Amino acid sequence: MRAHHDLGGRPAGPIDRSERELEPWEKRVDAMLRLLSAPECEIIRVDELRRAVEGLGAEAYDRLTYYERWITAIANLLIEKGVLTIDELARKIEEVRDRDGERA
Amino acid sequence: MNARFAAGDRVHVRRSESPGHVRTPEYVRGAFGVVERVCGPFANPEELAYGRDGLPARPLYRIRFRQADLWPDYNGPPLDSVEVEIYEHWLETR
Repeated sequence: MRAHHDLGGRPAGPIDRSERELEPWEKRVDAMLRLLSAPECEIIRVDELRRAVEGLGAEAYDRLTYYERWITAIANLLIEKGVLTIDELARKIEEVRDRDGERA
Repeated sequence: MNARFAAGDRVHVRRSESPGHVRTPEYVRGAFGVVERVCGPFANPEELAYGRDGLPARPLYRIRFRQADLWPDYNGPPLDSVEVEIYEHWLETR
């Protein structure tokens, strides 16, 4: 059976070729993966990232943007590898949400 | 590394339905192609994807397919081709 991400040759409609500046958070996600996959540390290999992106599920795969897929996959891999716990990540997300809420 | 195939060899892509992370797109599975070049040995991404070392390295090939062989409704020139890099364990002779 064809995996959901395996889109080659499928009808897809027109391709949006417009360019845009990357958001600062997108650049940070890119930098984070480069650091996590650098030979000195090699916590995440790019093949693992790809596997984790493919494993997001069809609904999330279609809904998330490119770097949203990356950061979701990176978070899942770091939990899987024991670098972060679910609780640590959840508390940090709450902390950032509260901080940004105050600023708004 | 002993590459089993050489440039010019006709090969068949296994029609495998393996689960997990693989680099062989669905649209070439079961198709016949010709080895365009031997790319060399590379760690197996199907193993690297799960945190293992991917060794021993596997020969990787660039395989040329005729578009008309891949798409039943292809209307372009008959010699149009597409090249896909495929690991040796996905290839067989028939």
